[in-house]
Amino acid sequence: MKLLVKGGKIIDPANNFFQVADILVRDGKIAAVARNIEADNAEIIEAKGKLVMPGLIDMHVHLREPGLEAKETIATGTRAAAMGGFTAVACMPNTKPVVDNRALVEFIKSRAASEGAVHVFPIGAITKGSEGIELAEIGDMKLAGAVAVSDDGRPVMNAQVMRLAMQYAQMFDLPVISHCEDTSLVAEGVMHEGYHSTVFGLKGITSAAEEVMVARDIILAELTGARVHIAHVSTAGSVELIRMAKRKGIKVSAEATPHHFTLTDEAVGNYDTSTKVNPPLRGAGDVRAVKDGLRDGTIDVIATDHAPHTVEEKDVEYQYAPFGMVGLETAVGLAFRELVRPGILSVEELVMKISCNPARILGLNKGHLGRGADADITIVDPDLKETVDVNKFASKGKNSPFHGWELIGLPVVTVVGGRIVMRDRKLVL
Amino acid sequence: MGLNRKDLLGMQDLTAEEIQLILETAEPMKDIIRRQIKKVPTLRGKVVINLFYEPSTRTRTSFELAGKYMSADTINISTSTSSVVKGETLQDTAKTLEVMGADVVVIRHSAAGAPHILSKHLSASVINAGDGFHEHPTQALLDMFTIKEKKGRIAGLKVAIVGDILHSRVARSNIWGLARMGAEVRVIGPATLVPPEIEKLGVTIYTSVEEGVRDADVIMVLRIQLERQQKGLFPTIREYARLYGITAERVSLARPDVMIMHPGPMNRGVEIAPEVADSMQSVINEQVTNGVAVRMALLYLLAGGGNPHETVG
Repeated sequence: MKLLVKGGKIIDPANNFFQVADILVRDGKIAAVARNIEADNAEIIEAKGKLVMPGLIDMHVHLREPGLEAKETIATGTRAAAMGGFTAVACMPNTKPVVDNRALVEFIKSRAASEGAVHVFPIGAITKGSEGIELAEIGDMKLAGAVAVSDDGRPVMNAQVMRLAMQYAQMFDLPVISHCEDTSLVAEGVMHEGYHSTVFGLKGITSAAEEVMVARDIILAELTGARVHIAHVSTAGSVELIRMAKRKGIKVSAEATPHHFTLTDEAVGNYDTSTKVNPPLRGAGDVRAVKDGLRDGTIDVIATDHAPHTVEEKDVEYQYAPFGMVGLETAVGLAFRELVRPGILSVEELVMKISCNPARILGLNKGHLGRGADADITIVDPDLKETVDVNKFASKGKNSPFHGWELIGLPVVTVVGGRIVMRDRKLVL
Repeated sequence: MGLNRKDLLGMQDLTAEEIQLILETAEPMKDIIRRQIKKVPTLRGKVVINLFYEPSTRTRTSFELAGKYMSADTINISTSTSSVVKGETLQDTAKTLEVMGADVVVIRHSAAGAPHILSKHLSASVINAGDGFHEHPTQALLDMFTIKEKKGRIAGLKVAIVGDILHSRVARSNIWGLARMGAEVRVIGPATLVPPEIEKLGVTIYTSVEEGVRDADVIMVLRIQLERQQKGLFPTIREYARLYGITAERVSLARPDVMIMHPGPMNRGVEIAPEVADSMQSVINEQVTNGVAVRMALLYLLAGGGNPHETVG
């Protein structure tokens, strides 16, 4: 089975290749990248005027399976990924039960193999049940295929446990992904603490709740030499702490979500629960700082923290709604709107942050388009316009504050392992 | 004429003209309450439902009487359980009431924004009777009515709000309303009970009650809740009373004709000394009477009906 992508502009930062060329795919691998390739019996994808990238990788999603299938399944979540131009996702372990052992890692891999539309890489829990007390079987999960460990959604509050986790994970060269949140400072907060929380009468979450944990985990990363990845950076103070840590040579990487570089806490107006997310939407200065961090390389990765919930769970009083919003199907459009068109990131830099760097951090041989590479390819039409309609999402989750927004710059083809899974904004499965 | 709006969700989005209209409309309503026969047919055939998810005696009774004095059919629904615990969503509950014929739904809820959910789902008018720490607009309106009645004006007055500003919907609504009508608003409280960036609402913050009440025309005392102490926001009730309790001595720092207000219920001897609560300067009982008048005015302005002057019962 052959596939020929013709005439697109190739954006392949890993090989420093940025030219108009064709890509020939054979047996799930990239067979050739050259001008004017001729191939018999190949399915042709016309990509003239479009951007051809190594498949996008979202290293922070919640697929909700097992146990929370009303919110999302591996089948629906990976279809949402395909629609969003992602060829691979890493899924967080906060399912029911928590992915804290080999059996659950294998379950996810086997479900993904049979039902998934894109590659799925499980992330294992740091501690058993993500309770923050005893280390999970990190070594065995690594052997089963876990690409990182994280207690995402439930921060490891005990510093000694986190230190031990870092020392232990380092033996397996697994990154520790830290959801930085001091729960004692969060108290019962539901949105960013500031002017808007005062006006809306909602309990605030101080920026310090994130920053004290970012500082702690940077210090522990230095102590242990472990690779620490800071999830969903949301505050100016966090960006500055990570910048200083990198300057010191500490092995820390970081990600930012599209919603944190797009929206401020003002969006909570009228108590729209689709804006309720953890960490919360922050102030305008924080949004600027996150963009600066993306621009200067302090923040390595764009990841969505795709967190689907049911309509019933979200359509309640603000303080009772669960945290989280979906992100897979709006990420590329928002990145073009907020980062590429304003000149904060070039397309090359965007590809680094949404494909190359996640691959490097997770230790995946992906994120490049050279000969012999896995044929994971995303084609983006930088001029295509579409109005976001949550009712058309492939995800079960409709909890997006971007409903009704017009986005320009959208993925039009997603190829996973040489197989087309999305074409012309429609799933092909 | 009525208000050109379906709902009253907060003071934040009321214009000075709208506030003026509500306060002026409340004046003839107060006359009705003073009559031997306290009944006008203005809202005959209208249904007002008081949907209270938090315990309340004062506000609920006030709305109920306001509706009854105007001949509306009023129903009280009190439930201490939130929609989440009860298993039925707030909007389903409200929709049920609407299809039974409610014209006005008055809602009190512990969650900020609960009235906004109703507002989105109902074609009936929604009146916020207090939502979480967000707003309590009818309390602010009755406070402003009381101030205006006693002082003849609001503009230019120095109003000191003392206590737990952080958790107070009464404070937020009064700040919006008083600032919009030109008062100089001060908030006084321990730093742990002052919400962030409240100064952007146009108020001055004091942590010293002596400085904050100096030359004040109005001292508005807020209720302090024991549960705040339990969460560590201040050391003891005893220390709170010592540092922030409104005593006769502290009142003497204000203007001689200062008005003492409290939205109730009071913790006598904690945030307010009994002799202050019962002093000549206290208008705490007036506030309660005026609450009924202001709520009559609002029901009239939102639920329509004829001219109250023409419909003498």
